[in-house]
Amino acid sequence: MNTGFLTIYWRDMIRFFRFKTLLISSLVQPALWMAFFGIAMSANFNRLTSEIPSIPGVPSVDYLTYMAAGVIAMTTLFTSLFGGIVLLFDKNWGLMREIFASPLPRNHIIFGIALSGMTKTFIQAFIIMVFAIFLGAAFFAGFTAAETILSIFGILLFVGVFSLGFLFLSAAISISLESPEGLQGIITLLTMPIFFASNALYPIDAFPPVLQAISIVNPLSHLVSGIRYFAIGDNFQAIGIHYTATSMDIAFSFLLLILFAALMFALAWWRFRKATVT
Amino acid sequence: MTGTIIEVEGLYHHYGDVAAVNGISFSVIEGEIFSFLGPNGAGKSTAINILITLLRIQQGMATVAGYNVQTDPQKVRNSIGIVFQDVTLDRDMTCREILEFHGRLYRMPSAERKQRIDELLTLVQLDAKRDVRTKHLSGGMKRRLEIARGLMTRPKVLFLDEPTIGLDPQTRMRMWDYIKAVNEEGTTIFLTTHYMDEADHLSDRISIIDHGRIIVTGTPYELKNTLGEDLIYLETDDLPGTRAALLAMDQVKELNEKSRGIVAMLNGDGTKILPQIIENLAGRRIRVNVANLKKPSMDDVFLHFTGRELRDEGAEKASSAVIRAGRR
Repeated sequence: MNTGFLTIYWRDMIRFFRFKTLLISSLVQPALWMAFFGIAMSANFNRLTSEIPSIPGVPSVDYLTYMAAGVIAMTTLFTSLFGGIVLLFDKNWGLMREIFASPLPRNHIIFGIALSGMTKTFIQAFIIMVFAIFLGAAFFAGFTAAETILSIFGILLFVGVFSLGFLFLSAAISISLESPEGLQGIITLLTMPIFFASNALYPIDAFPPVLQAISIVNPLSHLVSGIRYFAIGDNFQAIGIHYTATSMDIAFSFLLLILFAALMFALAWWRFRKATVT
Repeated sequence: MTGTIIEVEGLYHHYGDVAAVNGISFSVIEGEIFSFLGPNGAGKSTAINILITLLRIQQGMATVAGYNVQTDPQKVRNSIGIVFQDVTLDRDMTCREILEFHGRLYRMPSAERKQRIDELLTLVQLDAKRDVRTKHLSGGMKRRLEIARGLMTRPKVLFLDEPTIGLDPQTRMRMWDYIKAVNEEGTTIFLTTHYMDEADHLSDRISIIDHGRIIVTGTPYELKNTLGEDLIYLETDDLPGTRAALLAMDQVKELNEKSRGIVAMLNGDGTKILPQIIENLAGRRIRVNVANLKKPSMDDVFLHFTGRELRDEGAEKASSAVIRAGRR
């Protein structure tokens, strides 16, 4: 088997751990989201929803626990969308010529970058989980040790497949563009609707129909559903809304993320075959 | 065993309406140093990018190390090493990592990779910089590291695109020594340059290229000899008389009039012919005010064949900027 993608992965990991400011900021930033946005919003939401009568017999979770899943998803989204930017820099600084003139098959460049991006999202997801629990999020409440490990595995599986999709997209955009500013613009344009038309920070039940339709096909919503299923459970209430999920629902979400990743890979592959670097 | 290692036949390459490479054919002999000499924008880099498989062939045929660049690019890639025109080193990787990355890209086995890295760092005298990030290297060191990288996979042909651009004179001379040493170990070298002295000093054969066409090919000696063996510049008090006198001499091949004097291209050794000329002119009562004897340089050759001075892009841009500024 050609393991050329590991070469790309190896180099990107060297760079990740070498730039200490980048490394530390990428690890601290999601924790800060939890610490500031999470605590502030959960104080508000808990006050607002304290009047709502709780549904009897359904375990209730507070807002911090509810949004922690959203923060994991959001961080994964941002990191993945920016994960391909190294390709744009490599192209602009001429480094891509060495790779394109080598025998390495081009799809291995995509795989290598996607793998390193996925590794980064795993590290971040793990840190957020630990920090969220430290702040008081009721993740894995009442789970046995075996169930907890299985759930973490499930979360990483969802995070991994989701990040692959957006890393492929990021690679496709990066290899097609000339300027980092352009990439920045496109990514900002993409993150707004993806992030806010999702169930990451609030329920989608009260959305107008169009927004609701968007959020239902939004991969981010499916990632968040997956994380909540594994971290909180298949039957809980938060902010006055009753959440249930069958394993079929979760399998469907997972398949949707796989489909999205496959489509984005096809897009990236097409862009890479078209790309000329001189 | 010597044969051709690069064969190019009828190569064209267009960017939109502009023909960057306009029908060139040439071959490179195994083991030689072959140069493309030409100004910026002559089509050198486009030609090299086609040969190293970064640009797809639009028209024509090219083989490198026996493989067709269009149908067998993978095998071509495995047979060549490249030093690109601009520095293409990751600033934040160490010298060792740069070579390690390259070896991995070409799927060299780990043991061979390690051994080769040690050998090459010694060859280019960067042993002491092994674990230093490339951003801390000088320009010459960066270039040497890139040459080491180009040699990592023991290529049959090493492509060097403007290898000494932006280096100081001492560093350039040392680069030339490295390039010669590498060639002596058996690697064929394909070089592009717009420095006349570089092409002259290094090459076994040179193709002068301009406007996407090869104008002339030959050894540096042959090219310079097409202008005659030596050149003599004279200023006298009677230029028409001098002209007539020189044309009557067998040793004079061709004359070229300048504003204040005459350049004579000679058939023989100028050191012997110059006294004869002065004697001849004295016999005609023509006084020689200035005499200068020189060997033809590649500059003269280039001027002769292209009819223009080598200019670099920077100078052109600077002058047009001055014109624009003047118009304001």
